[in-house]
Amino acid sequence: MKDLNVVIAGAAGEGVQTVGDTLAAAISAQGYAVSTWKEYESRIRGGLNSYTVRVGEGPRNAPLEEADVLLALNRDAVDKYEKRLKPEGTLLFREPLKGRRMAAVDFIGIARDEIGRKIYANTVAVGALAAVLGMDLEGLKTVLVRVFSDKPEDVQEANLRAAEKGYQAADRACREVCPWTLEGAGGNYLLLTVNDAIPLAAAHAGCRFISAYPMTPSTGIITMLAKERDRLGVFAEQAEDEIAAVNMAIGASFAGARAMTATSGGGFALMVEGLSLAGMTETPLVVVLAQRPGPATGLPTRTGQGELLFAIHAGHGEFARLILAPSDPRDAFFKTVRAFNLADQYQIPVILLTDQFLADAKFSIEDLNPDQVPPAFHTADPSSVQEDYARYRVTGSGISPRLIPGQSEHLVGADSDEHDEHGHITEDLLGTAVPMARKRLSKMEGLRNEVLPPEENNLDQAEVVLVGWGSSRAALLEALELLADDGVRAGMIHFTELWPLPEYSFPGGKSYWSVEGNATAQLARLLRSEYGIPFQGHIERIDGLPLTADHIRRTFHERNK
Amino acid sequence: MSEISKYTSQAENQWCPGCPNFSILEAYKKAFVEMDLPPHRICMVSGIGQAAKLPHYLRCNFFNGLHGRALPVAVGVKTANPELTTIVSTGDGDAYGEGGNHFLHTLRRNPDITVVVHNNEIYALTKGQASPTTPAGEKRTLQVRGVDVAPLDMPAVAVLHHCTFVARGFAGEVDHLKDLLVAALKHPGLAVVDVIQPCITWGTRPVTWYRDRVRKLGDEHDPADWEAALSQTLRKEEEFPIGILYQSEPRPVFGHGYRESVVDGPLYRAMPTDRSGLEEILASFRPSGVSA
Repeated sequence: MKDLNVVIAGAAGEGVQTVGDTLAAAISAQGYAVSTWKEYESRIRGGLNSYTVRVGEGPRNAPLEEADVLLALNRDAVDKYEKRLKPEGTLLFREPLKGRRMAAVDFIGIARDEIGRKIYANTVAVGALAAVLGMDLEGLKTVLVRVFSDKPEDVQEANLRAAEKGYQAADRACREVCPWTLEGAGGNYLLLTVNDAIPLAAAHAGCRFISAYPMTPSTGIITMLAKERDRLGVFAEQAEDEIAAVNMAIGASFAGARAMTATSGGGFALMVEGLSLAGMTETPLVVVLAQRPGPATGLPTRTGQGELLFAIHAGHGEFARLILAPSDPRDAFFKTVRAFNLADQYQIPVILLTDQFLADAKFSIEDLNPDQVPPAFHTADPSSVQEDYARYRVTGSGISPRLIPGQSEHLVGADSDEHDEHGHITEDLLGTAVPMARKRLSKMEGLRNEVLPPEENNLDQAEVVLVGWGSSRAALLEALELLADDGVRAGMIHFTELWPLPEYSFPGGKSYWSVEGNATAQLARLLRSEYGIPFQGHIERIDGLPLTADHIRRTFHERNK
Repeated sequence: MSEISKYTSQAENQWCPGCPNFSILEAYKKAFVEMDLPPHRICMVSGIGQAAKLPHYLRCNFFNGLHGRALPVAVGVKTANPELTTIVSTGDGDAYGEGGNHFLHTLRRNPDITVVVHNNEIYALTKGQASPTTPAGEKRTLQVRGVDVAPLDMPAVAVLHHCTFVARGFAGEVDHLKDLLVAALKHPGLAVVDVIQPCITWGTRPVTWYRDRVRKLGDEHDPADWEAALSQTLRKEEEFPIGILYQSEPRPVFGHGYRESVVDGPLYRAMPTDRSGLEEILASFRPSGVSA
């Protein structure tokens, strides 16, 4: 089958999220690969938001804009989102509208008159969508039983009836305009977001402490850890500000707990002094920077990739750091564990760069086996360390044996001032300050051997090579196919490990195009300065929506004239 | 090793000769001796300033971090290892100025740490500017026409928010200060000790001026009486009551719920985490309900 794309649109508080989540789960449970993405306004009620559900037989996990089906929960949503409907697409709305290919189902009326409460309108809508998409009613009901299993029995029963009524109404209204069938496929997927994967991976990696200040789109991470405290074992504290958040995490890490914080651009800006502190005191720290468009408050609920160079340069002074930019929840799971392991091994801050798209989008993933990325611990064994312990012993690798204060009779001192091997303030410039600075920076050499090279696709054949990073991977892969249809031989180089950059040589004779969610082609600038490769063109997106294959294709053709 | 020298570090002291900070340092050592605290069970945390250098001059664990940020670091340290006696050595600029927000929220958290504020009413390390506690009208190197904003009284704020231990000491009364430190360290929950520490280099008054105005609180003051504590804490005109200003029944300390339900003790011993919770949650993300 060809992938189907369903858009649910309405005001905040109208049920867009509930209908989308329920539909996505219901279709996934039928064995299809589902992926979703959300775009929404920064308000609690009102405005217009959309939730897009892509359905296919194999996981593509790339966002699509064009819709086969649009469920509009109010009239303004029809006007705003109708243009995303394909010509052969179908609108689902509460009442007939002239001149449109549509099915009318009065969700609220059915909920009120046939179920007894308007609150069931969302489930009526889910049932109607299931009929529009040609799903099996019994299969849908089986899933709904599970979805509503924590509700009282009468509520469960009312929801099932609501779905059935919606299904029947849409089935009657839709014969002519709903050619689709979803009779079931053979897959069995995990359906989760990067904000689901990161806290789970953190707990698996042995993280015991998170402090954060709520900031979209990062808040889901500390929320899950706080909710699941007893099952995941992580201490979660909502700090008074991001400065406190990063310093608390550093304190916890110094005292022996694997620790993290999570934020977005503005909060990260407040954290950068702390980042520098982690660098200077050589305290392991994992920071999630979930990007949204700036500057300042910017578009608080939208997506972007504008913080790449900020993350690389954040913090005063020079110190070693690692920057990882996962492309999907599976990658995020593995990279989060890697972030904790490498932060511990190299005693550095590690930044995980995600974005609002990744934070909120659900991906279908066949399996996630934590055993593939075991936690690895690198603190020194106190019994092997001499009595006069020096926290910052100068070593060839730059890594000094790290002990935990209170674990043994050794004394552990850490200092934000330039310091001697025991962590005491120094003003001895040549004898102490210079070797210490070199020791810390020499960790970059080791890190360069840790980072993974970029992923390549169709490079041998390609004349045009799209170069991207982080969340755009699936869209890039899909764009290669669209460009091939247009007669463009395109390949991909995609980075998920961005600092330090890996040893890598870009093949010659290609036309390189950067594809990024920022206006200033930050990756291209970085690669030009590190590898000296020239770029033919740039494909950017700064409207707060995710990079999609269509956008990449369209912009490529516009620019390649 | 004598009892006192057990806590003496080899680091070179950078304070001005004769600074009252040396007396505060001595009071710490005497308090540690009296409590027989093993050096490796102590973690001093500090920010930036002359008080923030004190951890270097004690033999114990220490984390000397950023200006104003000692409190969140100490909260992290104590949470990660409740067995560490965690002490913040800070000054009026560090704790009440740059770190003022953290001070307020640390009062809410009530972590089991002791915060000792060297209050000299001046920024000494940066050469004599006004601090949040400089009285209005006094001249400083930057406030050449006199400070024209009101001073902050953070010990009063601490009492106001029911911090269960608030004391004021005087650097010139070492044994009295030692007693305050011992009481503060033994008190479960946040203990705030504001120490009058005249600056002999940049200050505008000699140590004797302060000594003449210090008044030890005696039996007439009941530290459990919140309103009396508040009135003693609020700076009287040119008089400094010293002693335990306020002490009440301890409240639950920060992180007690986690320690009761999840891990009791240092978190480094608790790694890695049990896998069953993770597996359960991961499985809940499979809409089919069928495990892979």
